Amino acid sequence: MSGPSTYEPKSAIERWLDTRLPVIRFSADLMAYPTPRNLNYWYTFGGILSFCLAVQIVTGIVLAMHYDPSGAGAFVSVEQHIMRDVNYGWLIRGLHANGASMFFVAVYLHILRGIYYGSFKAPREVLWLLGCVIYVLMMATAFMGYVLPWGQMSFWGAKVITNLLGAFPLIGKPITTLLWGGYSVDDPTLNRFFSLHYLLPFVIAAVVALHVWALHVPGNNNPTGVNVQSKSDTLSFHPYYTVKDGFAISLFLILFAIFVFYLPDALGKVDNAVPANPLVTPAHIVPEWYLLPFYAILRAIPDKLMGVLALAGSIGVLFALPWLDTSKVRSMRYRPAARVYFLIWIVATGALGWCGSQEPVGQVIPGLTGPMLIDYDLNSVTWLSRISALYYFAYFLVITPLLGLRETTLPVPDSLYTPVLPHDAGAPVGASPVLATEG
Amino acid sequence: MARAARILAVTMGLLCLAGPTFAATTEVPPKDIHWSFDGPFGSYDQEQLQRGYKVYREVCSSCHSMNMVAFRNLGDPGGPFWNPKYPNPNDNPVVKTIAKDYQFPDVDSETGDAIKRPGTSADYFPAPFANPAAARASNGGALPPDMSLLAKAREGGADYIYSIVTGDRAEAPHGLNVPAGRYYDPYIAGDLGSFWKGDPAKTPPGGFIAMPPPLVEGRVTFDDGTKATLNQESKDVAAFLQWAADPKLEERNRAGLGVMIFLLLFAGVLYASYRGVWRDVGH
Ligand code: HEC
Ligand code: HEM
Repeated sequence: MSGPSTYEPKSAIERWLDTRLPVIRFSADLMAYPTPRNLNYWYTFGGILSFCLAVQIVTGIVLAMHYDPSGAGAFVSVEQHIMRDVNYGWLIRGLHANGASMFFVAVYLHILRGIYYGSFKAPREVLWLLGCVIYVLMMATAFMGYVLPWGQMSFWGAKVITNLLGAFPLIGKPITTLLWGGYSVDDPTLNRFFSLHYLLPFVIAAVVALHVWALHVPGNNNPTGVNVQSKSDTLSFHPYYTVKDGFAISLFLILFAIFVFYLPDALGKVDNAVPANPLVTPAHIVPEWYLLPFYAILRAIPDKLMGVLALAGSIGVLFALPWLDTSKVRSMRYRPAARVYFLIWIVATGALGWCGSQEPVGQVIPGLTGPMLIDYDLNSVTWLSRISALYYFAYFLVITPLLGLRETTLPVPDSLYTPVLPHDAGAPVGASPVLATEG
Repeated sequence: MARAARILAVTMGLLCLAGPTFAATTEVPPKDIHWSFDGPFGSYDQEQLQRGYKVYREVCSSCHSMNMVAFRNLGDPGGPFWNPKYPNPNDNPVVKTIAKDYQFPDVDSETGDAIKRPGTSADYFPAPFANPAAARASNGGALPPDMSLLAKAREGGADYIYSIVTGDRAEAPHGLNVPAGRYYDPYIAGDLGSFWKGDPAKTPPGGFIAMPPPLVEGRVTFDDGTKATLNQESKDVAAFLQWAADPKLEERNRAGLGVMIFLLLFAGVLYASYRGVWRDVGH
C-alpha cells in the first residue's frame, strides 16, 4: 500500500499484536487511505459492489442450506420449500435473485464510470484487467445461478448457452460433454453448476481483494483524471468516503428494496415459474437482462462459430482497452469529442440489449416493412443488432485509437481541486482557508 | 443530493432494458381487473379467497392439480381460512374439516397393508390424475397445468386467468376453422393463420385452448350469499390462484413498508452525517 503507515499502537496488546500480525495496522491504514478529495457519486459504486457481493454470499449460503441440486428436487426445493415453508425464505430468495440484477446494475455503472474518467489508463491497467476478470466471473456465476431453480428458462438457457461451445471445431463437443456430464443438460449438469456457483463467488472475493490492492498502489483516479500531487489533494478515506459511500449504499438499498418487496418477479421471466421440461421448448428463450447485449451480438451473425467468437470478442475488447486508447488526456471531461462517441456507444449497447430481448425477425419501427438486405428486412431487430454491434466494436477498435491522436481537448486543470475551489487570486494553491480547516 | 438523484435515475433507466419480449404469435392483452392485492399496500380479500377456493375445489380441481399447497396453508396468515385464534394452522377446525373430506393412501403401521386414511392438515392437495399421461388421456391429449404457480407462470397473472375463464370463446369468429376438442380463445397466445379462411390481414388474434369453458353462471353456490355470476366466479377463482402462487404477498408488503420507512430514515441520517463530515471541506 502506498505511503508510510500512520498507525500508532495505543495499548500493550496492540503493540504485542503489531509485531506479530499487524492486522490492526493493515485495517487502520486502509481506513486512513489518502483519497482524492473530488470524488463524485459515480465513485461510490465500488463500495456498493462490495456490499452486493456480501449480500449474494450471505443469502446464497442460507439458500444452499435449503436447496436440493437434483433434477427432481430443485424446482420444488426453491418454489415450494424455500418460497413457502422456510421462515423468510421468500425474502432470502428475493434478495438473492434481485441482488444479482442489482449487482449488475452497479457493475455496469462502475465500468461506465471507469471508461468515462479514463481510469483504465496507465498506471491502472492491472486494476482494470482485474475488474474485467471480476465481470466475467460474475457473468459465469449469475448464469449458473439462474440454472439452479430448474425452471423452463433455467433449463433452456443452460442448453442454448452450453451448446454454443459445441461450435468450436474438434474441442467443442468434448468440452460440452464434460460440462454437461453426459450427452444433454441433466442432473449431472445441475450438480456441477451448483458446485461452481458456490465456488465462484469466493474466487470473485479473492479477485476483489487483488483489485483493491491494485487500486491502492497507484491510488484512485478522480473525475479530472489529474494525478494527486500533494497531501492536500486528498482526504482520509474514513470518515469522508465511508460516510459518502454509506449514504450512496442507503440510496441503492432503497432501489433494491423496491424490487425485493414490491416487484419481486419484475426482472425475471414468467417461464421460470414452470418446472424444467426437456420436451417443451419455451416460445422465446431469452437470457437475463444483463446478458442481453452479448446475446444480441451472438445472434447478429449467421454463422454459429463466428457468433461465438464475436461474443467473446465483445468482452475481450474491454480487456484490451488500456492499449487501444491513445489519448494523453484521461478524463472525458476535457475530451468533448470522445464524450459524444462514448454516448453513442452507450446508446448502441442499450440498443443491443433491446435487440437481445426481441425476436430476430421483429420490426424495429412497428408496421414498417423495409427493403430486404441479404437475409433480413432492414427494419428488423437483426439489422439493428448488426449496426449496433458494428459500432460497439468500431468504438473500441477504430474510434478510440484514432480519436486519441487527432482530437482537440479542452485545457486540463493543473490540479485536481482547482476546478472546484473558488480561485483565490494570490493565495498559493493549497493554502486556502477552506483546506486549512481539515485536520 | 441532486447528483445522487441523477445517478438513481440512470440506474432506473438501465433497469428499463429488462422490458417485455416480442411475440411472433398474437393474443389480446388480458382484461385489466382491479384487485385487492394490487399495489404496495395490497392484501387479499379473505372472503374472496374463500369463494375462490370453493370454485377451485368444486370445478378446477377435477382437472388441475395444485401440488405445492397443503391444507394447512389454507389457515396460514393471509390465507382463505386464517383465524387469529389459531396461530398454528394445524389447529384450525375449518382446515381440519376440509382435510378430513379427502382419503389418502397410506400404510398400516401394524400390518403393513396398504390402506386409505382421512386427510390431515399436513397433507398436500391431492392431484386429480395419477400421472400426466392419465391427465392427458382424459383431456383430449392436453395437460391441465398444475395450479400452484399458474398465476406467476403466465404474463398477466390473475388478469390472464380471469380473462381465460370468462372467455369470449363461445363465439369463435366466423371463418375460423376450430378443430374438434379445441376452443378459440383470444387471450391465449397463438398463430391462427392456417385455420383462417378470410383475409390473412384480418386473422383473429389469439389461439386455441383444449379446456372447455369451465364456468357458467350458478356453477357453484357461495356460502356467503354472493351471487354466483360468471364474472364473480372467475374473479374469485383468479384471486384464489394468485394467493396460491404468492401466499407471502401480505407478509412481504407489510415487511416492505417497515423496511422502506427504516431505509428512508437511515438515508436521511446518513445524508445529514455526510453533510456534517464534509462541511468546510473543499471538494
Ligand atoms: C375438464 C377439465 C378442466 C377443468 C374443469 C378446468 N380446466 Fe383449466 N385446463 C384444462 C386443460 C386440459 C388445459 C390445457 C389447455 C391447453 O393446453 O390447450 C387447461 C388450461 C387452463 C388455463 C390456461 C393455462 C395456460 O396454459 O395458459 C387456465 C388459466 C385454466 N385452465 C384455468 C382453469 C380454471 C380457473 C378452472 C376452474 C374454474 C379450470 N381451468 C378448470 C382442463 C380443465
Ligand atoms: C457473485 C455472486 C452471486 C451471484 C451474481 C448469484 C446469482 C444467482 C442467480 C441469478 C440465481 C437465480 C435466482 C433465481 O431466479 O431464483 C442464483 C441462485 C442461487 N444461488 Fe447464487 N449468486 C451469487 C452467489 C451465491 C453464493 C455465494 C451461493 C452459496 C454459497 C449461492 C447459492 C445459490 C443457490 C442455492 C441458488 C438457488 C436458489 C434460487 O434459485 O433462489 N449464490 N444465484
